[in-house]
Amino acid sequence: MAEVVLNGVTKSFGADVALTDVTMTIPDGSFVVLLGPTGAGKTTTLRMVSGLDVPDHGQISIGGRDMAGLSPAQRDVAMVFQQYSLYPHLTVRQNLEFPLKSPNLRTPQAEIDRKVSAVAEVLQISHKLDNKATALSGGEMQRVSIGRALVRSPLVYLMDEPLSSLDAKLRADLRIELKSIQADSGATLLYVTHDQIEAMTMATHVGVLDKGRLVQFGSPREIYENPVSVYAASRLGQPRINILPADLFGGAPSRATHIGLRPEQIIQGEGEDSLVQRVEHLGDQTRLHLIFKAHQMITVTNAHTTLKEGDAVKIRPNKPYYFDATGARLA
Amino acid sequence: MSFSVTEPSRGTKWFAGLLVVGYAIITLIPLLWIVATGFKSPTDSIAYPPIVVFEPTLEGYVNLFTDRTRATPEMLEAAGPPTTWYEEITRNRGTVISGPSRYGERFLNSVIIGFGSTALTMILGTAAAYAFSRFRVPLKDDLLFFILSTRMMPPIAVAIPIFLMFRNLGLNDTHLGMILLYTAVNLSLSVWLLKGFIDEIPIEYEEAALIDGYTRFQAFYKVVLPQAATGIASTAIFCLIFAWNEYAFAVLLTSGTAQTAPPFIPTIIGTSGKDWPAVAAGATIFLVPVMVFTVLLRKHLLRGITFGAVRK
Repeated sequence: MAEVVLNGVTKSFGADVALTDVTMTIPDGSFVVLLGPTGAGKTTTLRMVSGLDVPDHGQISIGGRDMAGLSPAQRDVAMVFQQYSLYPHLTVRQNLEFPLKSPNLRTPQAEIDRKVSAVAEVLQISHKLDNKATALSGGEMQRVSIGRALVRSPLVYLMDEPLSSLDAKLRADLRIELKSIQADSGATLLYVTHDQIEAMTMATHVGVLDKGRLVQFGSPREIYENPVSVYAASRLGQPRINILPADLFGGAPSRATHIGLRPEQIIQGEGEDSLVQRVEHLGDQTRLHLIFKAHQMITVTNAHTTLKEGDAVKIRPNKPYYFDATGARLA
Repeated sequence: MSFSVTEPSRGTKWFAGLLVVGYAIITLIPLLWIVATGFKSPTDSIAYPPIVVFEPTLEGYVNLFTDRTRATPEMLEAAGPPTTWYEEITRNRGTVISGPSRYGERFLNSVIIGFGSTALTMILGTAAAYAFSRFRVPLKDDLLFFILSTRMMPPIAVAIPIFLMFRNLGLNDTHLGMILLYTAVNLSLSVWLLKGFIDEIPIEYEEAALIDGYTRFQAFYKVVLPQAATGIASTAIFCLIFAWNEYAFAVLLTSGTAQTAPPFIPTIIGTSGKDWPAVAAGATIFLVPVMVFTVLLRKHLLRGITFGAVRK
């Protein structure tokens, strides 16, 4: 359990710049989710903290200690990889014991047994402990690999899309499980994903990365309600925020080129007419695909709506976001 | 009518079976002939037309392991009746055993040099292959090509410089010299084969071990080595077979203390006429270690010879 500080971290691989001047403080006991599409620098950030890669410039400290020149083993971090993470020549039990038997820890066998069975219990893999790691399904492998991190009590847990290969139900279960493990233990956790539901449900803080730059860092709510740019606004929210020309509704600030409207920022039944293009019933809600002055947008309406294709709906914006030509937020 | 891509038809299976059996017969007949000749009497061994059914005798094996001298009937009389079964065999030929032959020592030399150089090749080869596979080595591609290029000529082409070097270094007719020589010849192919196997092992396993609190060397030892076992085993078989069977350098560089079995076996023939059964017996025993080694490692070999192309 420790605070992690990145200060001006920059990393290039040959001509490709992976991270540019990333500065971020991960408070002790927080659950920080790094969000961004493939290539945004999420995994690189994790690898910098873990010590598998070394920054070109900038410092990283964990628990107030500068990490420069320290090997991964010396940093006392645990990491869950996206794939290929189980030692294929070992059984599930041996995989879980592996970090506990390291020269750093040298845990007594009784303690190892206790921790392994506790973690196996939580991850529902107790019955598979004596299987060969390669004899597991993808979901089981990933749970073992999460387990291999959880058996330790490192300063920081690092997780690289640990739930991406699981089926939807298991993912939902493990989301809750991971969150409660983290909340109970007070561990600091740095978590990489491009799944916004994971970000919204688990994170105490979200870092939005765009092409190697940290564009916004704050609570999930803050990023949802107060995005700094079109890019940050597009990371969260389902359906996605509608980005339309600023003058579509009038009343835009002078430098604004785009208006951003989340579904809840579109009031129905007032304002100007739009045409219903498609109605998607999702059970708990209904999505409306609208055409307004030749622009498409998506909003949400109540589940039992009687609206159908071809109907007209009056809409008006409510406290919308305005962005300038570079995508930065104006209001 | 069912059709399957993976399950061959009956006809195909029969055809494939016949092909394999036919090939096995062709390759195994010379081997069987050697084994059979070892149990023939000298007369049977050179009979024409060749004899397939014969009365087996251990004379070849007795002759292989002993040195004998021709004795006059009076001397035989004086020596008394034979006390062992093998003395009886030699007495019938009018000879007495004067001592053990050198085959045992030569065979032991082969074991020491063959397994010694294989072990050394594996240690050096695995370390070099790991470095080429994982680290940023300056001029990596050039070095790898250079290493392979040492196999582009027949090794015997450099026999004379090696002979002179060995003489100056005092390595002529020594175990160490032969181990070093066979290691040098085998190393290039081993590095290439092993690099292929290690390349196949995802680096993520080592990274996971580093984070789990292990050092680089421990990660190599505990994670990479067990997974490379298949590749190491099959490479070891290739190296052992070369070192075990090597003849030309052995003839040139060894004569006494460190002489291996291949140059020794043909000399048996000259000690008492054309003793083909003894030569065949020597060859038969010589086959055993490589066969045992290969059988022990065969489950690795089958996967290994696909050069890691197939992943489980």
